[in-house]
Amino acid sequence: MTQQFYVSPEQLMKDRADFARKGIARGRSVVVISCADGIALVAENPSPSLHKIGEIYDKIAFAAVGKYNEFESLRQAGVRYADVRGYSYDREDVTARGLASVYAQSLGAVFTAEQKPFEVELAVAEVGHTQVEDHLYRLTFDGSIADENGFVVMGGLAEQVAEVVAGGWKADLSLAGALRLAVKALATDKDVDALPGTAVEAAVLDRSPESGRGSRRAFRRLRAEEITQLLAGEA
Amino acid sequence: MQDPAAGHLATQATSSFTEHLQRSRPELLPFNQVLPAGQIPPVPHATTIVALSYPGGVLMAGDRRATMGNVIASRHIEKVFPADDYSVLGIAGTAGLAIDITRLFQVELEHYEKIEGTLLSLDGKANRLGAMIRGNLPMAMQGLAVIPLFAGFDQAAGVGRLFSYDVTGGRYEELEHHSVGSGSVFARGALKKLWRPSLTEDEAVAVAVEALYDAADDDSATGGPDPVRQLWPVVYTVTRAGARRVSERELATIAGSIIESRAAAGREA
Repeated sequence: MTQQFYVSPEQLMKDRADFARKGIARGRSVVVISCADGIALVAENPSPSLHKIGEIYDKIAFAAVGKYNEFESLRQAGVRYADVRGYSYDREDVTARGLASVYAQSLGAVFTAEQKPFEVELAVAEVGHTQVEDHLYRLTFDGSIADENGFVVMGGLAEQVAEVVAGGWKADLSLAGALRLAVKALATDKDVDALPGTAVEAAVLDRSPESGRGSRRAFRRLRAEEITQLLAGEA
Repeated sequence: MQDPAAGHLATQATSSFTEHLQRSRPELLPFNQVLPAGQIPPVPHATTIVALSYPGGVLMAGDRRATMGNVIASRHIEKVFPADDYSVLGIAGTAGLAIDITRLFQVELEHYEKIEGTLLSLDGKANRLGAMIRGNLPMAMQGLAVIPLFAGFDQAAGVGRLFSYDVTGGRYEELEHHSVGSGSVFARGALKKLWRPSLTEDEAVAVAVEALYDAADDDSATGGPDPVRQLWPVVYTVTRAGARRVSERELATIAGSIIESRAAAGREA
């Protein structure tokens, strides 16, 4: 029988983290921005049907980078968690904080106990009545959780992209402004100046969906024409 | 979420919220319980629901009364609910169970939409509701029956459609109009006389309110329009643009003119 080599826990965790980071760095970035009209979620994604951004609950949305099958299973688990919670208690008892901590536990457990960590990074966003009440949580592959202010950038060249967003971010940005800033930031690592509207996946959590659309569900996916139109509004 | 390993999640994967509850939290389902032997204490019952189609959509209306034996349990109960953006359901029968089944059905449709990223077809929604009513069959056999009426706009066909159910979950598509509940026999009679194929939306609302008026006239478990408390039926219309609740103001005007014309006619029966 072959003898197993001893690997220190430090080394093991480091290897796992490096592995997960590499997987995530291959992916394209996602930007989540809080703005005056709500929270904009923007991703570079040429596929019209495989989404990186999704609705979780009334005021809660999800965005992810990394391996599609892994974050998709996490998104579905999040929808189940939120729907069961809202059904058994009340709709207002479903919060981004609760969901984010469940995600953190799941990711942490997989990171330490499973064969291979999840190669994903997630953002959980909850829109409030005012911008101060917005919540943006960022979760990494090892279960770390961070409460971000204003915006979250994840994915391949997150630092470069984040620099551009930080440079242009203001609390009173409109939805169109936030979308333009995000698309500009996402294009930083490309040779082109701007991404075409068809290569962008975008959604918004409206700040007051009840008065605007008569629905308690704040999540709205933006159609390609709508994205192009908002991006073209540059003046 | 307990075991987040991807393989485990995949085996758990279902687009149905009811199936998910059945596996993970069966105690949360409104049905699925074995009742002990004994008498069921009186519980509130919801009664008359009417629905009718008109060019471009469908409409559903319910009165506001719940009864418990010969006592009025509530004057404010709502029996017609939006199921999702393009469908509504009305419920007659045991009020508590019916409201819970409605809630479950609303989550079921929204859950499917979020997981799959697309709306369920109207036939799919109608079948899911049938399965839930069948799930309630053991309770129905103890006397706690729930009978829904379902209406929605079929995006694919571009028409409004109506479905009725029996306690076994049997689903029947209805044409033109239908009514359920203890006052339904009287409402059906009114609908037969008042319904025309070319009704406008406003006329259709008036027809539904008048059918409920007739049901309330002869059925003690159905409440009529209440000008003292300013209570009017709950009416929803569903068209290509989605489900809309008809405003109290519109209903007050319509109910007012019906009461006026009936008073003017001065007839006894």
